[in-house]
Amino acid sequence: MAALLGRSCRKLGFLSSGHGARRSVSTETGKSLNLYSAINQALHIALDSDPRSFVFGEDVGFGGVFRCTTGLAERFGKNRVFNTPLCEQGIVGFGIGLAAMGNRAIVEIQFADYIYPAFDQIVNEAAKFRYRSGNQFNCGGLTIRAPYGAVGHGGHYHSQSPEAFFCHVPGIKVVIPRSPREAKGLLLSCIRDPNPVVFFEPKWLYRQAVEEVPEHDYMIPLSEAEVIREGNDITLVGWGAQLTIMEQACLEAEKEGISCELIDLKTLLPWDKETVEASVKKTGRLLISHEAPITGGFGAEISATILERCFLKLEAPVSRICGLDTPFPLVFEPFYMPTKNKILDAIKTTVNY
Amino acid sequence: MALRLRSSLSKSNFLNILLRHNNLGFGTASHTTRVSQNPISRFCNTMAEKLSSVGEHEDANAQVMDFPGGKVAFTPEIKFISESSKERVPCYRVLDDNGKLITNSHFVQVSEEVAVKMYSDMVTLQIMDNIFYEAQRQGRLSFYATTIGEEAINIASAAALSPQDVIFPQYREPGVLLWRGFTLQEFANQCFGNKSDNGKGRQMPVHYGSNKLNYFTVSATIATQLPNAVGAAYSLKMDKKDACAVTYFGDGGSSEGDFHAALNFAAVMEAPVLFICRNNGWAISTPTSDQFRSDGLVVKGRAYGIRSIRVDGNDALAMYSAVHTAREMAISEERPILIEALTYRVGHHSTSDDSTRYRSADEIEWWNKARNPLSRFRTWIESNGWWSDEEESDLRSRIKKEMLEALRVAEKTEKPNLENMFSDVYDVPPLNLREQERQVRQTIKSHPQDYPSDVPL
Repeated sequence: MAALLGRSCRKLGFLSSGHGARRSVSTETGKSLNLYSAINQALHIALDSDPRSFVFGEDVGFGGVFRCTTGLAERFGKNRVFNTPLCEQGIVGFGIGLAAMGNRAIVEIQFADYIYPAFDQIVNEAAKFRYRSGNQFNCGGLTIRAPYGAVGHGGHYHSQSPEAFFCHVPGIKVVIPRSPREAKGLLLSCIRDPNPVVFFEPKWLYRQAVEEVPEHDYMIPLSEAEVIREGNDITLVGWGAQLTIMEQACLEAEKEGISCELIDLKTLLPWDKETVEASVKKTGRLLISHEAPITGGFGAEISATILERCFLKLEAPVSRICGLDTPFPLVFEPFYMPTKNKILDAIKTTVNY
Repeated sequence: MALRLRSSLSKSNFLNILLRHNNLGFGTASHTTRVSQNPISRFCNTMAEKLSSVGEHEDANAQVMDFPGGKVAFTPEIKFISESSKERVPCYRVLDDNGKLITNSHFVQVSEEVAVKMYSDMVTLQIMDNIFYEAQRQGRLSFYATTIGEEAINIASAAALSPQDVIFPQYREPGVLLWRGFTLQEFANQCFGNKSDNGKGRQMPVHYGSNKLNYFTVSATIATQLPNAVGAAYSLKMDKKDACAVTYFGDGGSSEGDFHAALNFAAVMEAPVLFICRNNGWAISTPTSDQFRSDGLVVKGRAYGIRSIRVDGNDALAMYSAVHTAREMAISEERPILIEALTYRVGHHSTSDDSTRYRSADEIEWWNKARNPLSRFRTWIESNGWWSDEEESDLRSRIKKEMLEALRVAEKTEKPNLENMFSDVYDVPPLNLREQERQVRQTIKSHPQDYPSDVPL
């Protein structure tokens, strides 16, 4: 486990203040917080600012298995912050009903690996609620939060990245933050967005990532990708915890004279094609990296779109460095993961194509 | 979720069942008057009560142990709770097969005005169904599903509710909409998917919805509406509304996971929701014997800690009374209620089904004639002097005329504009959808013959 590349205790301060970060919120100071504390803060603000908002799911009452809901029940009461029975389809179904009545239902699924029982409710009900009713009804107040991604020892059922399934569903939004400051602003946007949203939180970063997070109420816009590092030779696109790894690869590539542009997609559905397109038209090369298995992963959608839009500008095939097509393994996790060196090798191959 | 502690405690002590085979069907002591010895949350229903001295093992039984969830008494006998009671739960009815009021029956009185509206709406529903069905057979409609045989469930339950109660239907409850004022024209508009359809032409016929009438849009997925109703009920409770959520489903729907999820949530959240099951004997071609092995739906409520009743779904007066009573309990006691309405699906599952392939035409005919909910209720209102043959024929001819006119108008009303394909996916169309609309419009210019001419661009 100690050999896990790039997964050592590394603070992520550099991701937010790195080259080319343009969000005004990133220049503000705040309190040093980890990811779960930032999310907790967002939830406190959300519940405080809207009395018709609710937080519920398994074990959220005592603070949640990842402490994201600490203090909420004590502060806002058990009518608004409560445990549910162990039943994801019930949790999301109940949340849809609550949202349909004009409330904000902030639902927690304990691990993204367990979201599938709720898939029917998400796809057939939440995503279509507004459309099928002719806009007479909507469940826009629904936000589903779930920890996702590799954690070093999670195996099949505590490590999954299921975002691709949800990106195929018109009517919902899919958002993945890369850091504490981003998470707070994005989560508040998701909660207040008038559409049902699935918000995947990189569980690896709950404690590992620490960043200055402004204490006030702020929102980061959805469907806007961010160039977090400027460069000229190749564009890298990713989201969530994978950006840390990609950033490391960019730094090493720079030592070898390769200038990398790194983009955080943030919202996968609907995704900001324009920012990625502009970047690839500049660099002529694209590399996408995600933990989820490569086949049918969201990288394929990005690759196909960029190919359509930037074909003549491309100097090399689009590269995808992703998880392998296996269930997420335990002992073999280091082999499965899209590591810094896999990415670095691919950067060089692409640049030298 | 335990907003207030309740003093009434329903005795779901399983040892009582072991020792006394206590069949708590309708007719035993009223639940609203039952008060437990312990004024604690009713959801400590795993709490065993002290046993009276019955049985030979008094010393052993006198010991109790506090497991998580409450005290239980012990027994040294290896005894299983039977998979079913000796007798099936009796079915509440008030009108006999001929529509005559059963003596000493309990029911909620309905006024002449309400009773006549109930009967008229049942007739309207029946005529609407027949005309729409025929229209589909003639190729004027793509699809239809009738409610024949279940008019009393639809109309009587709707009549017992208030307009603020929010409805989460399956797809065989258009009568609830009808009761609330959805017009024949509105029904027809949805079936034709024209520009006056509330749903903007996006769904198949019979997928009605009306926010004005508090009736959430039908989705064909089975039982998904059940947990949604629980969330809505919770919202009503939080807002302290004098209203409940009501959700309908069939015998087939009760097999879905969402049924289990919803009932459990409703009990734990103490949500004011009515679960009304139309047990009509068939889920397309699947009879209830292939659907479950319990004594229908009514016994399932107890498994979740939910008060339940079985009622004759073809007895409009019983249906009305049961729903009226259940609604009051649900709202005042902040609890869910399960109502199993026994009935029969006289029509085919839909126009895509020919049910004579799996059941006898005689059986269908018998239920249509001998057990018809309309004729039973008609007998009763006539016996009160509230209805006559003349009013019957006047009503029927008027409705038929209105229905045919509504069909005619709906058929020639144009379809919704193409932009309605792309709107409402999100609150605002995102860039990818705007791009796709542009592309589609481009393609239409090049290949107009590929596209229906009745959809305005």
